[in-house]
Amino acid sequence: MNKEELKKIKEETLARKKKTWIRVGMATCGIAAGAQDTYFALREELKKHKLTVDIRKCGCVGKCSAEPLVEVAMEGMPTVFYHHLTKDKVPQLVETHFLKKTVWHNQTISLQDPHQLRIVLRNCGIVDPDNIKDYIALGGYAALARVLEMKPEDVIDQVKKSGLRGRGGAGFPTGLKWELTRKVPADQKYIICNGDEGDPGAYMDRGVLEGDPHAVIEGMMIAGYAIGANKGFFYIRAEYPLAVERIEKAIKQCLSNKLLGQNIMGSSFSFDIEVRLGAGAFVCGEETALIASIEGKRGYPHPRPPYPAVKGLWDKPTCINNVETLANLPPILTNGAAWFAGIGHEKSKGTKVFAVTGKVKQSGLVEVPMGTTIRDIVFNIAGGAANNKKVKAVQTGGPSGGVIPEQFFDTPVSYENLQNLGSIMGSGGMIVMDEDDSMVDITKFYLGFCVDESCGKCAPCRIGGTQMLRILNRITAGEGTLADLDKLRSISQAMQKASLCGLGQTAPNPVVSTLRYFEHEYRALIKEPAPKQ
Amino acid sequence: MVKAIINSIPVEVAENTTILDAASTVGVKIPNLCKHPDLRASAACGLCVVKVKGSPKMPRACCTPVQEGMDIITHDAEIVSVRKTVVELMLSAHPNECTVCGRNANCEFRRTLSDFGIREEIFDKISPQLPIDATTGVIVLDPSKCIKCGRCVVVCQEVQNVWALSFLERGIKTRISPAGDINLADSPCVRCGQCSAHCPTGAIIEKDDTDKVWAALQNPKKHCVVQIAPAVRVTLGEHFGFEPGTNLSKKIYTALRRMGFKAVFDTNFGADLTIMEEASEFVERFVHGKSALPLITTCCPSWVDFMEKFHPDMIEHFSSAKSPHEMLGVMAKTYYAGKKGFSASDVEVVSIMPCTAKKYETHRSKEMNASGYQDVDTVLTTRELSRMIRQAGIDFANLPDEECDHILGEYTGAGTIFGATGGVMEAALRTAAYFVTKENLPKVDFENVRGLKGVKETTVTIAGKEIRIAVAHGLANVEYVINKIREAKKAGAPLPYHFVEVMACPGGCIAGGGQPYGVTDELRAKRAKGLYAEDQGLPRRCSHDNPYIQQLYKEFLDKPLSDKSHHLLHTTYTARPLYQR
Amino acid sequence: MDIDTMDVEQIRKDVDEICKPWEGRPGNLIMILHEIQNRYSYVPRRISFEVAKHLSIPLARIYEVITFYNYFKLTPPGKHIVSVCMGTACYLKGAPTLVEAMGNHLGIKPGETTPDKNFYLQVVRCLGCCGLAPVITVGQKVYSGVKPEQVPAILAEYK
Repeated sequence: MNKEELKKIKEETLARKKKTWIRVGMATCGIAAGAQDTYFALREELKKHKLTVDIRKCGCVGKCSAEPLVEVAMEGMPTVFYHHLTKDKVPQLVETHFLKKTVWHNQTISLQDPHQLRIVLRNCGIVDPDNIKDYIALGGYAALARVLEMKPEDVIDQVKKSGLRGRGGAGFPTGLKWELTRKVPADQKYIICNGDEGDPGAYMDRGVLEGDPHAVIEGMMIAGYAIGANKGFFYIRAEYPLAVERIEKAIKQCLSNKLLGQNIMGSSFSFDIEVRLGAGAFVCGEETALIASIEGKRGYPHPRPPYPAVKGLWDKPTCINNVETLANLPPILTNGAAWFAGIGHEKSKGTKVFAVTGKVKQSGLVEVPMGTTIRDIVFNIAGGAANNKKVKAVQTGGPSGGVIPEQFFDTPVSYENLQNLGSIMGSGGMIVMDEDDSMVDITKFYLGFCVDESCGKCAPCRIGGTQMLRILNRITAGEGTLADLDKLRSISQAMQKASLCGLGQTAPNPVVSTLRYFEHEYRALIKEPAPKQ
Repeated sequence: MVKAIINSIPVEVAENTTILDAASTVGVKIPNLCKHPDLRASAACGLCVVKVKGSPKMPRACCTPVQEGMDIITHDAEIVSVRKTVVELMLSAHPNECTVCGRNANCEFRRTLSDFGIREEIFDKISPQLPIDATTGVIVLDPSKCIKCGRCVVVCQEVQNVWALSFLERGIKTRISPAGDINLADSPCVRCGQCSAHCPTGAIIEKDDTDKVWAALQNPKKHCVVQIAPAVRVTLGEHFGFEPGTNLSKKIYTALRRMGFKAVFDTNFGADLTIMEEASEFVERFVHGKSALPLITTCCPSWVDFMEKFHPDMIEHFSSAKSPHEMLGVMAKTYYAGKKGFSASDVEVVSIMPCTAKKYETHRSKEMNASGYQDVDTVLTTRELSRMIRQAGIDFANLPDEECDHILGEYTGAGTIFGATGGVMEAALRTAAYFVTKENLPKVDFENVRGLKGVKETTVTIAGKEIRIAVAHGLANVEYVINKIREAKKAGAPLPYHFVEVMACPGGCIAGGGQPYGVTDELRAKRAKGLYAEDQGLPRRCSHDNPYIQQLYKEFLDKPLSDKSHHLLHTTYTARPLYQR
Repeated sequence: MDIDTMDVEQIRKDVDEICKPWEGRPGNLIMILHEIQNRYSYVPRRISFEVAKHLSIPLARIYEVITFYNYFKLTPPGKHIVSVCMGTACYLKGAPTLVEAMGNHLGIKPGETTPDKNFYLQVVRCLGCCGLAPVITVGQKVYSGVKPEQVPAILAEYK
């Protein structure tokens, strides 16, 4: 494929576009809510009425609480979204919208949201993830075409100037990471897409992989070109079969369209991609453990240095980027570094996708410019707490993160700001807790997670986590003592300082942060009288 | 070289030196429980954390290389407090069985607890209760006492390439076990005991047979004799404050005699006998073309077990000669017993060995009962002997020197160097040369086969003929040698070697699985030096010059490879499954 | 299919078939284990033995990997695999009560199979449907917004 062919596909696909169509959101969340049944029911119902309507499936638009979601366009009518459109509602939808040609007003939902800006999720819910032409029609692979005419160093320079930072958690500057990998001389280098989204309560990456797989592949190819890798790996959780299926299909389409393989678009760049599955180990989100896992071993983290950029997969220089990071690349290379750097807040550029869940009215995937306040996300986008409850706090960063009480909700979201509040950006999980939720209990939940997921290699994490969990169990059972709080603090310190990998070092964060803001909740559970002054 | 600062002291170290090693140059031994000088850093215990100015983290000294300009602090209140908490956490997962533990007085973990002044247990006891595995009859695996340092697993998998031990499960449930939680005896374990020699705690120890020996010594119906292996004489002293490598054979003879043994022999005599048989075998194959070359040595029972399990296609290359202590055992129950007027069943043979696998060798095949009874009754490791000496209250350091007993005691320098890697080869070459040329070599030293290099390849010329040689130690190093042989055989190419020596343990028997703890390459070199020094100083350095060996053949065995020799001194090998289950 | 009574030749054939697409590709062990579990619903020891031979790797390496990753099972699970999502959102919305209800109803703990081998109960970490919390799956089917009192009816579908 070359630039002209790409353009031709784009034009042909756009020309074929019908004015009347239906899109059914069929990511995991949609399917779980019954979207597949809706899809087949729609086909049957339309057939019954001898209506020919283009029915497409698409990924998640992000409004998970409203699934199944169906978008309907018809000539002469406004394009609308219908929410909670289960199969039993299909006959009435066809009747109202297609036969009577009126909008079924009670069932519509507006997805316009001035607070959101969709860069990563730009195509999610629009593009048919199983159709490469659909992606090309939306401008897909044009960024790659541009990049292949640039020098790799210039691509890296663009990404550096854009200010893009890793979306997997730590926020390391992506361009810098590429540069480090590029600079190491080697006969073989690798790029890995970290799709081992293990943070419970977060599914941004799943959303993108299922909703817009080609965007991630294009991003990976750009990264591969920039660092000098001709081989890429997707490492995806086995718990995401649909994401795996869609990526595998997308890779096949790339191969048959010569977007992967030798001399892509007539350039000297050759690239191919393999998919490898995780097998249920959170620690494999850690870069060195992920590498061990792709190598077919136990997911044990390795001491750094050597860093993967120097000695990674099979000892070759390796760059690992998260799904969301890669999906940001095509727009950056299309619109330019300055455009991206113009979005966001201080040292955090661009947007961030959050999975807002927990005790909110409307849980789902949201994408906001960095710098949006937590309050905007929780109240103006997700609608605040359900059942007229008061929101108490959000938890960000999952098991490695911490809680942020409501009084800090006016903080603009950025890597630094969240860290200063004792939490982290993490991959983008944002769990909203209301006044009914016990902070000690949620801490226990996260710690239990880390204990289950500790690889067991190093003592501070392996034993420290287990002991902290015992203490928390004791406290929630009403058998805790004030000395237990000191023990929690000393174990936290030991784990943070002496654990080998990021998982162990951050595992105490939920404890540290809840002790910082909600020590009174711990004390309330401890019946021991306070020592006399 | 890189320059850095450790505790305000400037240091200059080679590139890639770890902070741990660099700190030792300024007199700081950073506490740790998992790093062993023999092994790559597993970074498991988390005790060796230090601070590097400018970094909020505490890197592990064991696996962090010193970088130019680093400003390192190895101890302050915070570092010590973190380390102490880690030690306390490890204690919470470790049973309080120190008083009845095989490592009681020399446990690295217990010493660390003592160093950190742990006076109370502040965390809940969560030590697991896992079954003890004593099925090998050689080493005892008590996974409840394991601190997950990973040394045994690295030794078993990477140094020995056996893969009997592995980590199963993860997190707090992580444990050491053979694949699928089967017994060690049903696993590929070759009983080399390197796991026990590297374990910092009592999780893997040798099976203790001292009671059995005390009982035999007191049994009036038994004439209890003992032999000491070449390598034991230069290591036992470490248990009694001697400089490593000090040759204490004569004190050991005295100690054994005072413990009640009726006769004290030396396995070095057996080694001389082994050489007579093995060198003859080599000459048969090399000069007379009888059966296949290369000839591979078989003194090491772990190596034999390894070959039977992993490389049974090599069986035809194996020397059929038994190992020295087995030869001595059968001679004690036949030749010696006959001279003394005993029957074989009257004699009880105890072998003091550097090795755990020797405990297994005594019953590995029916040929080990050539006397009609088990030729060696009990094997004690060096560590067990030191305990027996203490139990007896013998003041070892101040014992007078004594000689060992005739007629299975006198030995040559060839016998004593069996204890170090390359020693069997060197000894065999000395005698093989004599067998071919009928005269002793002007120079009997073969420096090329000595030393700690994993695989030593060289060529020697005897009677104008080139002999290609390989010496390998540490079972992972064997693969290279075996593959070369296998490939050449397959291709019909000239053989890469004519004669191969293999010892399972790195360094040979001086660093065997039953030797004093804490072995390092430095220690290996010192121990080996002790043996080579003895060889150098002995009047006879070739096995065939041993007058008692000559007498033995004349009076009893006739000649090497005679029918009687074959019956008493040789064995057979058989392919064995890696896993019994 | 009873692996214990399966013919050795058949096992070898199966293993050859499973390993073939992964031949010569480094780091293939985990992918091969996935294939095995897809076919047999667990990783039988007899199969592991053959895989070790086929790939020329120690059996211990295979077990190290199987037991490290939660996904792999060493014993056959029941016919229907019931998974209760224990992601954070599901946890907050009552997943622990669902585990309890499931356990009580089936008389087993997570990680166990009912005596009639019909159900295997497990707790999983986030299925990624947080918007529909709490979520359980039986086989491939997803149930969202589940309440403990619905448990008997859901399980009755699979009797």
